Amino acid sequence: MSIPVFEVLEPGLLTTVQDLGRIGYQRYGVPVSGGMDAFSLKIANLLVANDIDKAVLEITGLGLMKLKILNRTVIALTGADLTPMIDTSPLPMWRAIEVKKGVVLSLGETRRGFRAYLSIAGGIDIPLVLGSRSTYCKAKIGGIEGRPLRKGDIISSFLSKQPLESITHRYLPEDFIPDLTKEIEVRVIMGPQDDYFKKEGIQTFLNSWYRVSPESDRTGYRLSGPRITHKDKTDIITDAIPLGAIQVPGDGLPIILMADRGPTGGYPKIACILSVDVDKVGQLKPGDKIKFKKIDIKEAHELLRAENEKLLKINNILNEQSKIPAKKRYRVSIEGETYEVTVEELPI
Amino acid sequence: MPEEEIKNLIVGDKAVFIEFANKISPEINRKVHIMASAIEKEKIEGVIETVPTYRSLSIYYEPLKIELDNLLEKLGKIKSSLGKIKIPSSRVIEVPIVYGGEYGPDLEFVAKYNSFSQEEVIKIHSGRNYLVYMFGFSPGHTYLVVDERIATPRLKTPRVKVAAGSVGIGGRQTCIRPQEIPTGLRIIGRIPLKLFNPDKEPPVPFLPGDYLKFIPISEEEYLKLKNE
Repeated sequence: MSIPVFEVLEPGLLTTVQDLGRIGYQRYGVPVSGGMDAFSLKIANLLVANDIDKAVLEITGLGLMKLKILNRTVIALTGADLTPMIDTSPLPMWRAIEVKKGVVLSLGETRRGFRAYLSIAGGIDIPLVLGSRSTYCKAKIGGIEGRPLRKGDIISSFLSKQPLESITHRYLPEDFIPDLTKEIEVRVIMGPQDDYFKKEGIQTFLNSWYRVSPESDRTGYRLSGPRITHKDKTDIITDAIPLGAIQVPGDGLPIILMADRGPTGGYPKIACILSVDVDKVGQLKPGDKIKFKKIDIKEAHELLRAENEKLLKINNILNEQSKIPAKKRYRVSIEGETYEVTVEELPI
Repeated sequence: MPEEEIKNLIVGDKAVFIEFANKISPEINRKVHIMASAIEKEKIEGVIETVPTYRSLSIYYEPLKIELDNLLEKLGKIKSSLGKIKIPSSRVIEVPIVYGGEYGPDLEFVAKYNSFSQEEVIKIHSGRNYLVYMFGFSPGHTYLVVDERIATPRLKTPRVKVAAGSVGIGGRQTCIRPQEIPTGLRIIGRIPLKLFNPDKEPPVPFLPGDYLKFIPISEEEYLKLKNE
């Protein structure tokens, strides 16, 4: 059973359906895809009491996006602050919001970050392609006809797992909201082909600020800055490319491989960004800056465990919030007169 | 090949590559595929997927489900029993191709670079069967190895757009690009076939280990086949 929830009035320049990606098909050359900031995507789902991997909208901070709400539902918006509005009032982010039929949700000016995630209670209902709903535009698979949203598209959702009343007051406590900045430092594990670079090349890589070039997209971030010098060869025998791998082609300028990267490639990989830090990269836009810091694999795995515990903790907090009834009745006495008062959250 | 030449590479926090050698050969590639199917059979908890490439196997794992040391130990055991496993023999599949002109803008460069005429490059490129070593880079993207005489280095800066079905050379590799996608390959021709169908399982028309044979065709034949 599914219900139409959004009509696209303005699609923005790049709004796509994404989940946590297409697993198990890289051996046939199929990219994983999925949300560029997986943390924000997961939180968007948890806020509306979805499983963590449901399909949501990934809205890129490029141009105006407007959706009309077709049926009462609960949504949550996380990730970049793209000046979200419901009709003419600001829409709070990082919390579940009940929305009425007929209101218009809009996103416009990019204030912070680059990609926002919009979840619906129940998750977006579109067919699975090779096990995922993620859109991969270059091969025209997943999402809506394998393409970004267009004006007039109707998006439907599955029914919510929980009654809407029990999820409307779930919100992410301030402490957990990621800090989205224009200059970030990310941690890397060196290799597997760091031996293709001169010592000074490695120094350059670890000590320089790089700027995100305009030719960056969901496939990869091309960086501009000091050139990294190879020892000799600038090609490798093509091998696999994990998410967040940093390739350095012959021109010496690093490329960070992201969600839509091809599963394999032929340029040497100087280092790979930690899984817990890749999400921050997904929030960079052209002109933003990035720097790399080397750590070891043991530390990386500890950070991964800590991240997982954080997610479990968040999920527990949100589930506790669901237990608080949305409607409360009070008996209030004012100057001897007794009144019956009902307090409830109203949809906006 | 002696065991000590095999390297385990730590690649980021969720992948291990087993590198069997630093060269391209059908024998090495065979080991990669045998290792991949052996891992599949073991069904190791925490292994998410494997990606076979020319000379290495990438193993993606979930560190929250399996400790790295434990994974490496399990992979080591599988590695030492590789000799006993067999994989099925290969087929030869014919693939029509139009060379040069707008379909292969780099044919001229590849010819000049290797001091051949364009016709000679076509003869060499279509004159042998190609082992499908691997897929990668994009859905259905097929990696083959080109004759040494027409090997040509990649572009220093990749081209942003190249048409679907393009066949290119990068070093000693020759590849077919199933989609319009950026590439650093030198493009010499184009094929009219669909290399990726997401409604099929598997979504590709041939498997690693099969052989392909390129059959040169004219532009007219290309357009006819393309419209079929």
